[in-house]
Amino acid sequence: MNSNKKIIHPVWLRVSHWINLIAVVIMVLSGWEIYNAAPIFDFSFPEQITLGGWLAGALMWHFAAMWLLVFNGLIYLSINILSGRLQNRFFPIRGRDLRGAFINALKGKLAHDYLTQYNAVQKLVYLLVIADVILLVLSGLVIWKPVQFPLLRELMGDYDNARIVHFLAMVAVLAFTVVHVVMVVLVPKTFLMMIRGR
Amino acid sequence: MSKPMLDKSIIIQEALKELPSSARRLFLKRTLTLGGLSLLSGCAITDEKSVERMLMKVSRFNDGVQAWLFDPNLLAPTYPESMITKPFPFNAYYERWEIPKVDGDDYLLEVGGLVADKHSWSLEELYKLPQTDQVTRHICVEGWSAIGKWGGVTFSTFLKRIGADLSAKYVGFKCADDYYTSIDMPTALHAQTLLTFTYDGQTLPPQYGYPMKLRMPTKLGYKNPKHIVAMFVTNTNPGGYWEDKGYNWFGGS
Repeated sequence: MNSNKKIIHPVWLRVSHWINLIAVVIMVLSGWEIYNAAPIFDFSFPEQITLGGWLAGALMWHFAAMWLLVFNGLIYLSINILSGRLQNRFFPIRGRDLRGAFINALKGKLAHDYLTQYNAVQKLVYLLVIADVILLVLSGLVIWKPVQFPLLRELMGDYDNARIVHFLAMVAVLAFTVVHVVMVVLVPKTFLMMIRGR
Repeated sequence: MSKPMLDKSIIIQEALKELPSSARRLFLKRTLTLGGLSLLSGCAITDEKSVERMLMKVSRFNDGVQAWLFDPNLLAPTYPESMITKPFPFNAYYERWEIPKVDGDDYLLEVGGLVADKHSWSLEELYKLPQTDQVTRHICVEGWSAIGKWGGVTFSTFLKRIGADLSAKYVGFKCADDYYTSIDMPTALHAQTLLTFTYDGQTLPPQYGYPMKLRMPTKLGYKNPKHIVAMFVTNTNPGGYWEDKGYNWFGGS
């Protein structure tokens, strides 16, 4: 009872979560329209589910929402690190716990009795998706400004490769989102928590 | 080629000619809609005009950010000749059959605006300027890229030769194919910005912009004008063909 009243997600976290959702949706849908202008692989995204109408429109959306994604992300990371929340909630991740939590998840036993605590799989996945968004931003910087960021460009293996990295990192965000939403549907309390904080 | 194929290609060419204006309308109509649903309905922003204005403002802001990011001393990577993309793609806002035919013999490059020497340049005179070449990556706004080799005069050398006001903000270009664009002065003075007359050691062929193309590896493809017939130095932003339709003006790499 007591833990139910306690604020689990502070307000800055909830605000940044929903701003991030808006930014990611705009980035992904406009990104698909940009991809369609010169597909890397042997397929295009259906026009109906892209944003921007044509390449210039999509680029405008993409390069506007990037500020939202980056500044919201920086604020999220700064408060998360400085407040000690990142350390408390995501560390340590023990290999033993990871195995246990993963087997439980496969059995359909979701450890949601203690919503104040993430299990080892959650910790790892949330950290990975943060790293993936950082990779998206860095590979995006190389595509946007390959000449101005020589070190990043070399790390990504030149311009054409950076496009592939950017695409795969987008796929990883989508994969995370699918699992994330399925989990929220299975444990609806977590959805309310991200709105009310408890 | 069989007859039906020919008809089809004519239809496509006609459709492509219509593209710029209708694409503009598409942008206005579709920026907000997503599979028939209004993406942002429910939010305060429901007026398409205000959304477009907001996006244009961010695009202008991004021009400023790119000008700030641009390092005049940073060089674009160069590649060995073995990495040149063959064949180098043809790209324009029209099809191959519409490539302008420029007669080199009576060609004159007009020079105007904030310059001391406004005399027009013949190709013969331009070829006598010190020539250099580069193998660099051309990046299209669509996302594809190709490596090519261009040769010509360093643009800053030419600007100094005509006594251009190097403290002016912009250099504008007009082309034989009715294309037009403009660039910022720092990019115009960049060491790798060349006024090119050759491609891969040969006179610039028509499809790559005969008689000259301004080649900038620090800018996206649409900022690199081909078939240039006039250039002018100015403090008023002259815009550009694609830029005026919604593509970012700075277009830097």
